[in-house]
Amino acid sequence: MSVKKFVVGCFDDEAVLFPAVKKVRKAGYKLHDIYTPFPMHGLDHAMGLRDTSLHTAGFIYAITGTTTALGGISWVFTKDWPLNIGGKPHFALPAWIPITFELTVLFSAVGMVLTFCYLCQLAPFLKKHHFHPRATDDQFVMVIECTEKTNEDEVKSFLAQTGAKEINVQNAETGWWLGRYDKDTMPFQVRKEKTAFE
Amino acid sequence: MGLLRYESQTRNPLVTGHKTYHQVTEDIVRPIEAKPSKLWKIGFTISLFLLSFGAYSVYRDVVYGIGQWNLNKTVGWGWDITNFVWWVGIGHAGTLISAILLLFRQGWRTGVNRAAEAMTIFAVMCAGQFPIFHMGRVWNAFFVLPYPNTRGPLWVNFNSPLLWDVFAISTYFTVSLLFWYAGLLPDLATVRDRAKEKWRKRMYGVLSFGWTGSTKHWQRHESLSLVLAGLSTPLVLSVHTIVSFDFATSVIPGWHTTIFPPYFVAGAIFSGFAMVQTLLLIVRKVLSLEDYITLEHIEVMNKVIVLTGSIVGIAYITELFISWYGQNPYEAAAFRNRWDITTPLAWSYYLMMSCNVLSPQIFWFRKMRRNITVTFFMSIIVNVGMWFERFVIIVTSIYRDYLPSSWSTYYRPTIWEVGFYMGTFGLFFTCFFLFSKFFPVIAIAEIKHILKKSGESYKEGVSGIETQAPEEFAHEQAHAH
Repeated sequence: MSVKKFVVGCFDDEAVLFPAVKKVRKAGYKLHDIYTPFPMHGLDHAMGLRDTSLHTAGFIYAITGTTTALGGISWVFTKDWPLNIGGKPHFALPAWIPITFELTVLFSAVGMVLTFCYLCQLAPFLKKHHFHPRATDDQFVMVIECTEKTNEDEVKSFLAQTGAKEINVQNAETGWWLGRYDKDTMPFQVRKEKTAFE
Repeated sequence: MGLLRYESQTRNPLVTGHKTYHQVTEDIVRPIEAKPSKLWKIGFTISLFLLSFGAYSVYRDVVYGIGQWNLNKTVGWGWDITNFVWWVGIGHAGTLISAILLLFRQGWRTGVNRAAEAMTIFAVMCAGQFPIFHMGRVWNAFFVLPYPNTRGPLWVNFNSPLLWDVFAISTYFTVSLLFWYAGLLPDLATVRDRAKEKWRKRMYGVLSFGWTGSTKHWQRHESLSLVLAGLSTPLVLSVHTIVSFDFATSVIPGWHTTIFPPYFVAGAIFSGFAMVQTLLLIVRKVLSLEDYITLEHIEVMNKVIVLTGSIVGIAYITELFISWYGQNPYEAAAFRNRWDITTPLAWSYYLMMSCNVLSPQIFWFRKMRRNITVTFFMSIIVNVGMWFERFVIIVTSIYRDYLPSSWSTYYRPTIWEVGFYMGTFGLFFTCFFLFSKFFPVIAIAEIKHILKKSGESYKEGVSGIETQAPEEFAHEQAHAH
């Protein structure tokens, strides 16, 4: 993938970060991402990210598990090899509830974790560009993407104004990892009217 | 700070000492970067020794068969299944802390959840050994899996509680592992980004899956954790329910009872919390993490212990009452084999009662709940008691069956049964020592998340009345005229 240029600003206080996000978006810079050491509630909305629908995927996996279990067991016990167990009915639904439940949970959990890894492009041996080593320690790292129109120095001074402590410019490849171009670079809502901070 | 949830000022801080985000990282990652201490090496060696003794016992089980155990005509399940149920039960506290307390928004879980989840995984690994080797011909163990085979295809019996167990335990293990590891990713990335040595950077680079801390990733991570917690909550209840079905759906007097599922689940949480206490009291001391696993955490867990211990006590008494009230002579006989002190195994029943029901009552006193020595001692007592609970349920119910001529001689385990059990201790502690050396034992990101609402430095600046302990306040009010 193409190498892009980014202006990176580090914040050391989330109280400074939140207003800065608003300022950056208001000024119209292309916010690439913000890397934080722990989940910041509300930051996704401040950045204008849409909500994840991972839980919907989880639900779909769950019902897949339910159907697999129920379908599989009933086929085995009524069609493929009906066993006479003390003259009890072949279709013994109450006795199948435990396994059905377990497979529901299993499918949902495994499916969700795999989907999570796929969406976030997480896998062992994957090389990614890390903008700042302390983004996983105590720094909140804001990354702004430079387009042809962007004036680097202007962005740098703008970031300094909003309270960023350490500012630099980096070139990075956005990456083609598991056969899917990282769509996270354009995760914003197109609807202009929902900018949240008006 | 308006974005953070408000937490009452009367609550004690969950992170003591005046910490910054960086300080949190330093404190928790330090044991990983430092050379292992002498104490760690000694402990690890002992664990390895136990593990190898266990491995030898198991090797003998495979070569000579389980005839080398003292199972006999009526006692078909002895130490093996007792140990199985005991280990599975231990695992339950980890999931309770990580899942149920997440849904209940209990802030204190952040200090202990990582280690407790690790404990869950290792305990389930130990538990799984017992039914597998109990099969005897362990090379045929894969027969329990339903797959199209050349034997018919002959399917497993989906109506059997023993098969439900296979599904329950394997699902429980898988889901716990995924939940634990998903939570570990950000913290492993923290270790990776601090690493100075090349091998460490590479190792944690591989383990952390290239985690960057992107906001979008955190958003998905939060969603994932929440849904996994929602799934694990009924899962953990189902697992011990299904384990109890192994007994409850049979027609053995003493086993055939509807009280088993809730009774087993409460007992599992009871013993699990005791094991969490044992491990964490050691961990906080050895790795000097007293600022993160505070007396507050210990007290809260002791409250859970006294609650679940009392639930278990009610279950014991209910069972006993029903054995008389139900007027079933066989049921009465099964229970007579427990309470009648002239019977050979009655001692185990009274040991169970005193360890599980009487002794935890000490935790009604705040002073005792906050006493580390008492807590540590009690955590061991509770686990001994819970082991004997399973022993009582299993062995005293079956050692005298309907036919007095087949009443067995006194069941006493052989060295290889004991060795197998010791071996699982070896496995458990070997894993736990490795975990405490190579992984962050406290969820770093989660501690940082609660730092600004529960950290000591952020709780200052409130008036005296608000910092007063609720007990003190209540006391003053009661004596004010």
